[in-house]
Amino acid sequence: MLAYTLRRILLVIPTLLAVAVLVFFVLRVVPGDIVEIKLAAEGGIISAEEIQKEKERLGLDDPIMVQFYKYMIGLPRGDLGISLWTENNVTDEIVSRIGLSLELAILSTIMAIIIAFPLGTISALYRGSFIDYVIRIITIGGIAVPSFWFGMLLIMLILATFGNLPPLGTVSIFDDPKTNLYQMIWPALSVGYRYSSVVARMLRSSILEVLSEDYIRTARAKGVFERIVIVKHGMRNALLPTVTVIGLEFAFLLGGLVVTESVFNLNGIGKLFVDSVVRNDMNLLQGLVLTVATGFVLVNLIIDLLYAALDPRIRYQK
Amino acid sequence: MTNSPLLDISNLQVEFKLKNGVVRAVDNVSFQVDRGEFLAIVGESGCGKSVTALSIMKLLPKRVAEIKSDYVKFDGQDLTNFSETEMRKIRGCRMSMIFQEPMTSLNPVLTIGDQLTEPLITHLEMNAEEATKRAVELLNMVGIPEPQKRLSQYPHQFSGGMRQRVMIAIGLACEPDLIIADEPTTALDVTIQAQILELLKDICSRMGVAVIMITHNLGVVAAYADKVNVMYAARIVEKGKASEIFASPSHPYTIGLLRSVPRMDKKRGGRLATIDGLPPNLMAPPSGCRFQPRCPMSTDACSEVPFLSNRKGSSKHSVACFYSEDALKKGSSIYVSDKEIFEPINVKKQAPLLSVRSLKQHFGVSFRSGWLSSISGTVKAVDDVSFDVYPGETVGLVGESGCGKTSVGRAILHLNLPTGGQLEFNSKDLNESSIALVRQDMQVIFQDPFSSLNPRMTIGEILEEPLKVHNIVTETDARFERVGQLLTKVGLYAYMRDRYPHELSGGQRQRVGIARALCMEPKLIICDEPVSALDVSVQAQIINLLEDLQRELGIAYLFIAHDLAVVKHISHKVIVMYLGKIMEIGDGETIYQEPKHPYTKALLDAAPIPDPKIERNRKKIILKGELPSPLNPPRGCVFSSRCNLATDDCKEIIPKLINFSKDQSVACIKVEEVN
Repeated sequence: MLAYTLRRILLVIPTLLAVAVLVFFVLRVVPGDIVEIKLAAEGGIISAEEIQKEKERLGLDDPIMVQFYKYMIGLPRGDLGISLWTENNVTDEIVSRIGLSLELAILSTIMAIIIAFPLGTISALYRGSFIDYVIRIITIGGIAVPSFWFGMLLIMLILATFGNLPPLGTVSIFDDPKTNLYQMIWPALSVGYRYSSVVARMLRSSILEVLSEDYIRTARAKGVFERIVIVKHGMRNALLPTVTVIGLEFAFLLGGLVVTESVFNLNGIGKLFVDSVVRNDMNLLQGLVLTVATGFVLVNLIIDLLYAALDPRIRYQK
Repeated sequence: MTNSPLLDISNLQVEFKLKNGVVRAVDNVSFQVDRGEFLAIVGESGCGKSVTALSIMKLLPKRVAEIKSDYVKFDGQDLTNFSETEMRKIRGCRMSMIFQEPMTSLNPVLTIGDQLTEPLITHLEMNAEEATKRAVELLNMVGIPEPQKRLSQYPHQFSGGMRQRVMIAIGLACEPDLIIADEPTTALDVTIQAQILELLKDICSRMGVAVIMITHNLGVVAAYADKVNVMYAARIVEKGKASEIFASPSHPYTIGLLRSVPRMDKKRGGRLATIDGLPPNLMAPPSGCRFQPRCPMSTDACSEVPFLSNRKGSSKHSVACFYSEDALKKGSSIYVSDKEIFEPINVKKQAPLLSVRSLKQHFGVSFRSGWLSSISGTVKAVDDVSFDVYPGETVGLVGESGCGKTSVGRAILHLNLPTGGQLEFNSKDLNESSIALVRQDMQVIFQDPFSSLNPRMTIGEILEEPLKVHNIVTETDARFERVGQLLTKVGLYAYMRDRYPHELSGGQRQRVGIARALCMEPKLIICDEPVSALDVSVQAQIINLLEDLQRELGIAYLFIAHDLAVVKHISHKVIVMYLGKIMEIGDGETIYQEPKHPYTKALLDAAPIPDPKIERNRKKIILKGELPSPLNPPRGCVFSSRCNLATDDCKEIIPKLINFSKDQSVACIKVEEVN
């Protein structure tokens, strides 16, 4: 188990390095020039000279390998350069928003798990019954309904019931957990509904599959309590594919929820992403992609480790 | 009440409600099992034997299965109206079950110890410590070395045979009165099968546990059963003492079943008796006697249902047939009336069709063993194998799984490139470039008739393809004609060309496989376990077909199989392989009569003969242990680690194949001493 864990952790390094290199070069292939956009936004006629001067100032006229060198040198120190637009430190820009996106992702996941586990399990155990059909309609709804629309419904619901909206301008969960949670619970619910539907459906089908396995019959033939058959023999096996789905969805949320963020007026990664793309802010964009990729890789690492914890066949793999 | 039977079932019926109708999978089944008795339920797949077993335990899914009966009395208690809670207390405690698939019957994410102690903790209310102590005893009892260490391991760290031992330990944990074993050894090799069955029989008779064994293997029945129920299409057609059933089978189906099995102890020659047709669809079974459509003795009277009735002079032996006395008298002659005198084909030993010289198939393998380190090694799947196949000859290749027999076939076909040795086919050297030229003359039939035909092609398209590809028949009409002929030749109908594989039964599909091989008019067909997925009665049909085709067309077969009796029946020459090497090779008759190699002897001993009189008087050597890892085979003689005659020399010297007599070569340094 220790060897497996170490090997998996060590594998993270080359993966992230590859991402870093790839992101750098791919973004340099994309057409468009931030300097022109930036100067055009200030109005007036832009001369080629001005553009050249600005490029020199931002270091954009260096040969590409020099730029690459500076970028790679900065990486280990967490220095992602400056945003070409705001000229703030990229790392600072990201750090100031990632917390919110991360919190939303975590809250949504908790919400999804709380909803999905009972729904998926009940649906599987009472397959073909009325309750199963109700649950399946609810969950297919979660997949079909866009989460921003569901979010808008939620806002209207809050307005109708409480007569006011959660205050704008998010407070940190560490400063004022109560207000923060009151603000965040709604977007988390709007994302969590879809999330839980995906997980519940996965859980339902994997429980059904596991319950038809031979070892479940063996467990019943041993005269074990049905509850133990389901929980001890069934659930642990059914969890394997479910864990994967939860992890992948979580990683997906890290990338920011552009529309949900704007519906609930949250200043997260999603908005930053859109801005940086529109402005062709390569430095910020590569920082963001790198951050999200790191999130993906870490989540996958956690899934792999969870898998090993759940399934001895992986743990003892030679 | 010690003389009342342990299990007494009267008029058991099980119905499955499916989307497209109701299937009565068990119909009017009544039987009894006494304490400590060994009952075998035999029949072909789909006859309802497993369902009977599961319904006694009430383990069938309640949503689809409905169980009815007059009564199912277990130790005097009627289980019919037992609630789930009451049944749960009986399951695993007083009555337990061993299943067919050892690979999937244990939970992969729980330790062996956890699974083994579960019934102890549930039923006997032991604490963890007591349960572990008892678990160690149990593993010891079923012959698992180092039980203490094994308890904390997981199922995937056990071999198939070992897992089945664990299943037996779980079944016996609470010292039940009855164990139901559903095809417990079907998935295992013969030598392991013998170990497991001996173990089961031994423990059960010591502990006085009654056994219901469900099996399709008549040899196993002959070796162990006290009583036999023969089932056909959901009903019991004949039941009685094993000795009586084997000595005087009185139902035409039982007779057919017994005579369609190839026998190791009989001289070669003679067609197998075959029961025509297929078991009925239970969705719409024939009225009256269900065997009637396939029965050579049926008359108009058979449209009435024959009930089980005792044979004259026997209170235990009962048969469900109106003509049982007649059937008994005529015996197997009811099936082989069309029998021609079987002339064994004389093989002309001029030039070999296929000559294999020191064939080697080594696979390099590597896998991680620890952090960043890896182990690499070579698996010698086939090592220095030489033999000849003459035109019109059948060469049988036998051995346990993992012995390299399939690799030999694949190397000859160049499906895997051989790593050494020479191959000659029709006096032409076989290599990577010349193989394409002889592929036409060298065809193959695969084991699994379910997955070896493309499900999206019709039978006609499957058979036409090679004719088109090799430009054998270029005109469409002629091809159409040819496909029809081929289908007729293998015992199917020309109109079946429009069907898809899933519309055919297993036996029919295997016939299509044979037709596909035949359409190239090959000189040699490599048959890789062609009948092992089939029921005995269908197996006999296919074997007869292969033999007929050989007689008619003079095709040579390389017949790869693990069933010793089938190989004996069909082969002129037999090769016995172990861990990639030939142990013994020679004339089939000679090898089976006088095996010289200790492995051949053990293999033959392990395969039970379907006749209790012979089987129970055989002196057997039960092979110990399991096939060693092919990555790390024993030095010297590869068999030395399991051989009961092995000395220090055997562990050093690699034995060469030596001619023992004209027709028999043996790879054993002690062959002179021992024989």
